[in-house]
Amino acid sequence: MVALGHVLLALVAAPLLPGLINRVKSVFAGRRGPPVLQLYFDLAKLLRKGAVYSRTTTWVFRTSPLVGVAAPLLALVLVPAGGAAALVAFPGDLLLMAYALALARFFLVLAALDTGSSFEGMGASREVAFSALAEPAFLLALAAMARQAHSPSLTDALGAPTALSDLGLLPLLLLVATALLLVLLVENARVPVDDPNTHLELTMIHEVLILDYSGPDLALALYGASLKLWLFSAILSDVLLAGLPGDVWLRGAAHLTGIIAIAGVVGVVESCMARLRMVRVPHLLIAAGAFALLALCVGVR
Amino acid sequence: MTPVTLRSIRYGRTFAAGEIPDLPVAQFREAVVRAFKRGAHLLALTGQPEQGGGARLLAVLAPGDGVVAAASTRVEKSFPSLTPDVPAAHLFEREIFEQLGVTPEGHPWLKPVRQPGGATPGMVDFYRVEGEEIHEVAVGPVHAGVIEPGHFRFQCQGEDVLHLEIALGYQHRGVERALAGGPNARTIHLMETLAGDTTVGHALAYCEILESLTGCRVPPRAQALRGIALELERLANHVGDLGALAGDVAFLPTASFCGRLRGDFLNMTALACGSRFGRNWIRPGGVAFDLEETRVAELQKRLDDVARNVAGALDLLLEPPSVLARFENTGAVQAEDAEAVGLCGVALRACGFEHDARQDFPSGIYRFAHLPPPAWHTGDVFARAYVRRLEVERSLAFIREQLAALPEGETLAVVEALPPDRVAVGCIEGWRGLICHVARTDADGRFAGYKVVDPSFRNWTGLALALRGTAISDFPLCNKSFNLSYCGFDL
Repeated sequence: MVALGHVLLALVAAPLLPGLINRVKSVFAGRRGPPVLQLYFDLAKLLRKGAVYSRTTTWVFRTSPLVGVAAPLLALVLVPAGGAAALVAFPGDLLLMAYALALARFFLVLAALDTGSSFEGMGASREVAFSALAEPAFLLALAAMARQAHSPSLTDALGAPTALSDLGLLPLLLLVATALLLVLLVENARVPVDDPNTHLELTMIHEVLILDYSGPDLALALYGASLKLWLFSAILSDVLLAGLPGDVWLRGAAHLTGIIAIAGVVGVVESCMARLRMVRVPHLLIAAGAFALLALCVGVR
Repeated sequence: MTPVTLRSIRYGRTFAAGEIPDLPVAQFREAVVRAFKRGAHLLALTGQPEQGGGARLLAVLAPGDGVVAAASTRVEKSFPSLTPDVPAAHLFEREIFEQLGVTPEGHPWLKPVRQPGGATPGMVDFYRVEGEEIHEVAVGPVHAGVIEPGHFRFQCQGEDVLHLEIALGYQHRGVERALAGGPNARTIHLMETLAGDTTVGHALAYCEILESLTGCRVPPRAQALRGIALELERLANHVGDLGALAGDVAFLPTASFCGRLRGDFLNMTALACGSRFGRNWIRPGGVAFDLEETRVAELQKRLDDVARNVAGALDLLLEPPSVLARFENTGAVQAEDAEAVGLCGVALRACGFEHDARQDFPSGIYRFAHLPPPAWHTGDVFARAYVRRLEVERSLAFIREQLAALPEGETLAVVEALPPDRVAVGCIEGWRGLICHVARTDADGRFAGYKVVDPSFRNWTGLALALRGTAISDFPLCNKSFNLSYCGFDL
């Protein structure tokens, strides 16, 4: 029941996160900023609109937004929340989650190439190049958690008692959390890797891939992206807070607070630093991979 | 062979049409090339159709500070191109080719300048790089932001740009043709709208022409007010540009704040003349609006507030390592290239050259108040940002100094009718760089020809050069660091 509740909450509340990040950014910039619920308004608006399709596109282009929502949803079902077991759990589900996300990216990239636009071709090339480095870091970080919990299932790996109950785990968790935060920034196209606010196609990574979508398809793409952001925040929140004592409600509340705090941290990062030069992004990802690998080694000790 | 010379005069005087040497084509070429090789700047190369076919070319150079030199030649269907020896002439020659149908023989890249897309049947198309891994990216003329139209054609290998060709002309309005036969009631308004963000600069260059032709003496108070107007325009644009640079690297703290500060400067201009862009402030003979004491005090008060904020915002922009990492070594232009292709203004000073029309061709208030031109040697985005930042400081100091000691007296002198058959040159350092106007009067004292050279005309080539070997994802940043005008180029 609790697990189902978490998934439903994610489905409803995910579009809140981009709004929170934007609010943090506007406070830093001294602006009033858009409403926190802006993405809900946008989705409602887009769903009422019709879609336009380029004549060069095929079924791949139309399928991609659906996969873009289905894959994060599948992943959410596998992720425990606040110490409560996931809706579905089995040994090796962490691989399924990682590759569900990879499947979504695969379709996103194919759909971008499908449009035949040179901008989207460049975006696809960047997306693939960076995710080739982000994926190992992500998997290594999860593996470190699984190794420490002695179980190849996400429910055990992310739901086990953590730093708050066992201080000896602190170094490992900090390393994993750092790696996951970097992966979160990359996977969700945030500063310093990508700039979600830019209108300049030549500099975009994620935004350019959904440039040709309109109406309900664009709504799905935006919604899928917000689900993905929720998913990564939930994993990170689990890593840091899953070991809290207390009943289901208390831990659930802590889990949610963690997710919101992570959105806040993303907003602060975006407010305080410029975007990286694109050739430097791999350095960041390699750093994330190194943190994750180190965490794995610390766990093996 | 007799030594070929150009006719030189002090800046601020005018040529009698007859005293500009009319050289045979070969000597004309030799004279221009020699002057250029000795370090003269090519201010303008322009042509007029001649009766009975062919054209008369006029080259205006600046062989030294405060000196203007000119020579002319009569050509028929073609002439040997200057570009191989004087790269700065390349766009001027393409323009002559387009407007007069005279072919510069041996021009390395001959095609029209302002014909959108740049291709006519039988003409060269865009420059292409061939190869398995080469891909071409076409951007514009319709852009994602609310900006002017222009087409950019990149030849890329992966993320790296091998070559960028820029095709403009979508906003060609025929301003120069409309100016012929003037001056009349419309002329000043055409000048103020040549490039909307350089209203004061172009209006001043036009005033230089009229005042030097008629020998009009601008009252000291008007000179000071003109200086204030020009520097306010510079401040608004520089601060806005620095904010936009911050926005392009997603550095939020200054992006929004600089936008607000730009508005403050525009509002100061509006306080003085009622228009945020300085429309109708500058008039031949002086200025149309005086500043009485209460408004001087108000302006000083606002400047004090804004100066503090500007210093804070710009320090915040140019200190964080994450911003410097993006600005440094991005879009560098080599100093020798910058000089050869004839860049001007911020883009040139960012390559280490201390050229500034306020110092090289001082007129009005700049003969008395010296603003040392800031320069930085790296030629990259950082240099262009840093030069702007230093100029902001100096312009602020200049305005406060002028406001504290405004001369008394009139603000508008009478401008007489123009004398017949003369050639005048006006050079003003606008916020982008050197604005150069060249006018020739006919036997009735009307403009027989009026040439406008906006700094953008010189600097677009600099952007193309800056992109070579730069990542294509850095194009918007490089573009913003030049921030050139499309309509100022298209005319």
